[in-house]
Amino acid sequence: MDTLLEQILPSLSEVIGTLLVLAAATAVIEVVVYLIAGRLLKSRHLLVWMLVAPAAVGLLVLIVYPLLWELNLSLTNMSLRRFGDKAQYFWQVCAASGGPSGPSWLLECLGKNYADVFRLPVLKQVQFFPVFLRTVVWTGVNVAFHVSLGMGLAMLLNRPMRGRGIYRALLIIPWAIPQVIAVLAWRGEFHYEYGYFNIILTQFGLAPIEWKADPTWNFVAMILTNVWLGVPFMMVILLGAMQSISGEYYEAAEIDGASGYQQWRHVTIPLIQPVLTPAIILGTIWTFNNFNVPYFINQNELESSDILVTALFGAAFEYNRYGFAAAFAFVIFILLLVYVLLYIVLTGTLKESTR
Amino acid sequence: MSSSASTAVSLAGPQAPARDWRTAVARFFRARRGDSPFKRLLIHTTLIVCCLIAVYPGLRVLSVSLRPGDRLLSTSLRIVPSDASLENYVELFSSTEFLLWVWNSLVVTLGTAFVGVALASTAAYAFSRWRFPGRNPGLIFLLATQMIPAAMLMVPLYILILRNGLVGSYRGLIVGYSVSAVPFSVWILKGYYDTIPRELEEAALIDGASRLSTFWRIILPLSTPSLAIVFLFNFTQAWNDFLFARIVIGNAQQIWTWPLGLRTLQDQFRTEWGMFSAGAILVTIPVVILFLYSSKYLISGLTLGSVKG
Repeated sequence: MDTLLEQILPSLSEVIGTLLVLAAATAVIEVVVYLIAGRLLKSRHLLVWMLVAPAAVGLLVLIVYPLLWELNLSLTNMSLRRFGDKAQYFWQVCAASGGPSGPSWLLECLGKNYADVFRLPVLKQVQFFPVFLRTVVWTGVNVAFHVSLGMGLAMLLNRPMRGRGIYRALLIIPWAIPQVIAVLAWRGEFHYEYGYFNIILTQFGLAPIEWKADPTWNFVAMILTNVWLGVPFMMVILLGAMQSISGEYYEAAEIDGASGYQQWRHVTIPLIQPVLTPAIILGTIWTFNNFNVPYFINQNELESSDILVTALFGAAFEYNRYGFAAAFAFVIFILLLVYVLLYIVLTGTLKESTR
Repeated sequence: MSSSASTAVSLAGPQAPARDWRTAVARFFRARRGDSPFKRLLIHTTLIVCCLIAVYPGLRVLSVSLRPGDRLLSTSLRIVPSDASLENYVELFSSTEFLLWVWNSLVVTLGTAFVGVALASTAAYAFSRWRFPGRNPGLIFLLATQMIPAAMLMVPLYILILRNGLVGSYRGLIVGYSVSAVPFSVWILKGYYDTIPRELEEAALIDGASRLSTFWRIILPLSTPSLAIVFLFNFTQAWNDFLFARIVIGNAQQIWTWPLGLRTLQDQFRTEWGMFSAGAILVTIPVVILFLYSSKYLISGLTLGSVKG
């Protein structure tokens, strides 16, 4: 009993301690906000600031500050060889060696890492643009399958029928399984001899596929795995949206003589649009930044299977080019940001949600 | 299921023929809203095939965990091997600290989910009910944080945690998990709050209730589905995480969470696939149960925007 207690206690006291510290920190934050916004500025929105403050402080400390730090890092030549104090800003290096001036100063001294992202191989051999193109293909194919299969399943489930709850529960399982475990299970299925796919292929008398060594098939394996992982989320989101459409719309459409396809095209799609757009945005971001699937399915470290985020991980933690990786990370982040902002502006999503 | 069956029997009366499997199947596929039998058969077949695909990889892990240690690799496609044994499970419990790892994960995860829900539910209320300066930039900022690649924050966060002496403790871990879940949670909750009519609060406010008590007594109880989603999201994120936990906890074995523990079964020289699969099955079960239990909330609570009509 004693030893059991000794084992259980450390984590429990850690967690309770953490919660108390957080409660105290929140109280301090609230008092500060109250004094500043309420007493000093007499803000109309005092309650708003008090509601938002704890989350905002957390985000500032854990996201904004590290981002600024990363921005700073991206201007230096820090790597494993030049760690800590040995790292220098490129402009210092330039100033010491009498580097170029004028417009090429920007490229060679201030943002050398950023220029290198596009000039040098991001890993050993691959350049930035092939990896970028592959990431776009990877994202496009995955999201297309997620949305079409998810919508298909949601439409099949969106009707009164027997066993609906059971189907729904079973179909959610890929989402529920811890992702790393699911991906490792899939990796086993791509084994040359003992994997499910090759066993089936050989039973039909076909030649087994080199899932791990062949670049194309390795990429297909990644996509198969990720499609399996991502469909349930889309299905759940779209099913929720479809269920909240009132049946009267369909009755009215039926009276007007609309066919099944016409009902789908002119009733279902427009009414689930406000849900579909953010779901596609989120799905795109998550797929674009998916690390687990490409990293674990690609066992042979084929550079031909790397997408941007796994290349980023490699640059930072395998080749230890920290400054370069920081710049690379910002390039990836900005690409996504531009895509999403364009998407939002073009579809008017935010206008919809602040209505 | 049983209640509907009994009413059917009582309605049919004593003359009802004994139902064999054919009538059971026919009942299962019974016409609803004018779908033809063929169409219904097609729908159910498709769904059954999809369910099999969804479940199969998990079943294969189960299968590996049931195989005795000497023949983990096999070309058999049987789920339950002919010589199934619980050997791997027994060994997992007797030769590793598996229970302690699961316990540690559980307390961290619950702590995280509690903090995460508290942070997001209050912030989302502000975003849903007030137009304040910085509201739209705030929402865009929250969306933008989703675009940060995970590897991008790893180096700076590690150094931040190291400098503040948070290595080997849960403090950095719980704060990190709950804050990183805030943006998604706020979007989900804000979307749901938006669908709750303001009239409900206005009536309470006229009766003299304060803003906070209307939030506590009216908004939160009405938002159960979406709070459940946010709880689930926080829970799974903390439960499944390996990379951040490895950075923050490091070598403090006493407070290892299960991903760190199971990882030791895959060392450089050999992988204990049997024990690893047994552990994987055991840690997956709670999450799957939680998901299945909240699946009705998943459908109604995940409002990414509101649907008119």
